[in-house]
Amino acid sequence: MATVSLHSLVKRYGNVPVVHGIDLEVADREFIALVGPSGCGKSTTLRMIAGLEDISGGEIRIGGRKVNDLPPRSRNISMVFQSYALYPHMTVAENMGFSLKIAGKPQGEIEARVAEAAKTLGLEELLERRPSQLSGGQRQRVAMGRAIVRNPEVFLFDEPLSNLDAKLRTQMRIEIKKLHAKVNSTVIYVTHDQVEAMTLADRIVIMRDGHIEQVGTPEDVFRRPATRFVAGFIGSPPMNLQEATVEDGTLVFAGGETLPLPRQFRDKVEAGRKVVFGLRPDDLYPTGHGIHSGEETEVHEVEQAVMLTEPLGNETLVFTEFAAREWVSRMLNPKLLKPGEKVRLSFDLSQAHLFDTETGTTLRT
Amino acid sequence: MKSWRLLAPYLLLLPAFIVLAAVVVVPLLLSLYSSFTPFRLTRPDSIWTFIGLRNYERLFTDWEFWVAFGRTVLLLTVALNLEMVLGLGLAVLVEKATRGQRLLRTIMMFPMMFSPVLVGFQFKFMFNDNIGLINNALQGLGLTDRAIPWLIDGTLAFIAILTAEIWSSTAVFAIFILAGLMAMPKEPVEAARVDGCTPWQTFRYVTWPYLMPFAFIAMTIRSLDIARAYDIVKIMTDGGPAKRTEILWTLIARTGYSDARMGLANAMAYIAILLSIVFTAMFFRQLAKARAQIAAEW
Ligand SMILES: Nc1ncnc2c1ncn2[C@@H]1O[C@H](COP(=O)(O)OP(=O)(O)OP(=O)(O)O)[C@@H](O)[C@H]1O
Ligand SMILES: [Mg+2]
Repeated sequence: MATVSLHSLVKRYGNVPVVHGIDLEVADREFIALVGPSGCGKSTTLRMIAGLEDISGGEIRIGGRKVNDLPPRSRNISMVFQSYALYPHMTVAENMGFSLKIAGKPQGEIEARVAEAAKTLGLEELLERRPSQLSGGQRQRVAMGRAIVRNPEVFLFDEPLSNLDAKLRTQMRIEIKKLHAKVNSTVIYVTHDQVEAMTLADRIVIMRDGHIEQVGTPEDVFRRPATRFVAGFIGSPPMNLQEATVEDGTLVFAGGETLPLPRQFRDKVEAGRKVVFGLRPDDLYPTGHGIHSGEETEVHEVEQAVMLTEPLGNETLVFTEFAAREWVSRMLNPKLLKPGEKVRLSFDLSQAHLFDTETGTTLRT
Repeated sequence: MKSWRLLAPYLLLLPAFIVLAAVVVVPLLLSLYSSFTPFRLTRPDSIWTFIGLRNYERLFTDWEFWVAFGRTVLLLTVALNLEMVLGLGLAVLVEKATRGQRLLRTIMMFPMMFSPVLVGFQFKFMFNDNIGLINNALQGLGLTDRAIPWLIDGTLAFIAILTAEIWSSTAVFAIFILAGLMAMPKEPVEAARVDGCTPWQTFRYVTWPYLMPFAFIAMTIRSLDIARAYDIVKIMTDGGPAKRTEILWTLIARTGYSDARMGLANAMAYIAILLSIVFTAMFFRQLAKARAQIAAEW
C-alpha cells in the first residue's frame, strides 16, 4: 500500500519537452484517473511512474521512497497495457502466474493465487488457452488478472478498456471498481473516456499539453472547472462557451446579444473585462423542461428558433443559435420540436461559469 | 472443341514440364540409376551393368565414408551452434545501436558477399603455418614461439575450417534474428520488466521464445549449406592432409572425379542428401512448433 508523489516531473524526447514539470500527490489506496486529449502526455507520465521511461527531471516517490533510478521490477507496481501485452507463448495460467514464478514463489502458491484471480475475473474455463485463442475482452481480463495476482502496491492502467465494445466496457468498468474496493491498492488509471474517469476515480487529473490543468473530485471538475479547457473537456455534450464583454451588469456578446451578468460574479468582474461565458447543456433548457437543482436559480429566458434536434429517448438535445454560435440545450420530458420552430430557452445563470479570456482560468473565487 | 478447351491449360503448361523434366528430373533419375551400377567415367559402358544395392552395401561397411559422414555432422553441429550464439549476440548488439544501424547491418553482411572459394583462399593464407597472419600475430604477441601447424594437424585444421565457415555465414543467423528482434512487439518485453524480470530473465522467457522461429529458419538454411559444404574445405585442405579433414562432399568429389567411380560416388551423394533431408525435416518440425508457440501469423 503506497502513496505516489510526482515532483516537477519532466520528460523530454531529445529537446522536445512533452511533460512540463507536473506535481501530483496520490494518497494511499486512492483511485486517480488521468484524462486529457490525445498526445497530452498521459501515457508518458504513467510509463515514467512504471519505470519504463527515463525521467528527464524532477522526482517520483512511491511509498515515500525515491524511485527515479530504480528499474520497474524494484518498484512493486503492476501495469495493464492498452494493447494487453500478453505473452503470446504462454497459456492464460502461465501469463497470470509469470510474475510469481519470476519472484520464485512455490508452485502451489502460484496455482492458488492464479486460481483465485481467475475466479474473480471469470477466467476459470480459459486457463489452458493461449492469448491468440481469446477474444479481446477475455485478453483484457487476463491482462487484468496478471496485474492482480502480484498484489502490488500500485496499479497502473493505460486505457485498459479502449479496445472493448461499449457494453463490455461498461461491464469491465464495474469489475474494476469492485476490484479496487477489494484489493485496496493505489490505482493510477489513464483513460480517454470521461465517463470511466467520472465513475471510477476518487480524483481526476486533467492534463493538457504536458501540464496539469486541474486535479479534483469528479464533482469538482464537473461543477467547478478551474479552467476553460476543463470546462470544455469534461461533460458531454460539452459546455457551451462563448466570449463576451462585461458591461455594467450585463454580458455583451459579439453580435450585440446580451445576458445579465450572473449574480455570483457581480462584484468580482469589473466593467470592460473580456470573459468567456460558459453554461452546461443541463443548465440551458426549453422552459419547463429543465432540471432544477434545488439550489437557488437565476433563470433568464430568451426566445430562439430551433436549428436541429437530437432525440435520445428520455431527453432531447436541442440546438439553437445565439450570439453567433450554436448552443446545445438538454430538454427533459421531451416534446416534439421542429426545426425553425420558436422556443423559449431558460438560461440558468446561477450555474454559469466565467473564465478569463487571456488565461482561461475561472473567475469564480 | 470442348476437349480442346479442357486440354488447353495442360498444353500451355507442357513446355514448363518439359524443361523441368530435362534439367531436374532426368539427371536426378539418371544419377539415382547410376548409383545402382559400377559406373566408371573411364569405362562408359559400365553404366549398363546393374548391380542392385551393392554400392550401398559396400558403403555401409566403408569406414572412410562413415568417418567423413560423422565429421560432416560434427562440423554441422558445432558450426550451427556457434553461429547461432554469435549471430544472436551480433543481432542484439546491432539492434541496440541507436545510430548507424543501417551501416552496421550492411557491414554485418559483408562476409556473405564473398565467394566461398575466396573465403577459402583467404583463410588458407591466414592459417598458413609459415607466412600466415595468425601464427605471425601469435608469435608477435609472444603467445607462442613455434609455428602452429594449423592446416596440418587434423583437429587444428578442423578448427580452421570451422572458423572460415563461421566467419562467412554467421551473418545469416544475425540477419534473421535481427529481423525477429525488429518485428517483435515491445509491449510484452515491457510487461515482463514490470512483472519483475531482470534483463536476462526478460530475454530468456519473453524475447527468446519470440526469436526462436527466426533462428530455426536460419538453422534450416545453414544446415543445408553445411551439409553440402565443399568449396572452403576443398581450397583450405582438400580433405587432407591424409584425409584428416575429409567431409562428405570432398570425398564424393574425389570418388567421382579423381577415382572416376561415379556409381559409388552417386550412392554416397544420395546418402548425403538423406542427411540433409533429415536435418531439414527436424528443423522444420521445430520451426512449426516454435511458430505455433508464439501464435505467429506468418
Ligand atoms: N518515443 C517518443 N519520441 C518522441 N516523442 C514521443 C515519443 N513518445 C511519445 N512522444 C510524444 O509525447 C507526447 C505525449 O505522448 P503520450 O503517449 O504520453 O500521449 P497520451 O496522452 O498517452 O496520448 P493518447 O491518449 O493518444 O495515448 C506526444 O506528443 C507524443 O508525440
Ligand atoms: Mg497513451
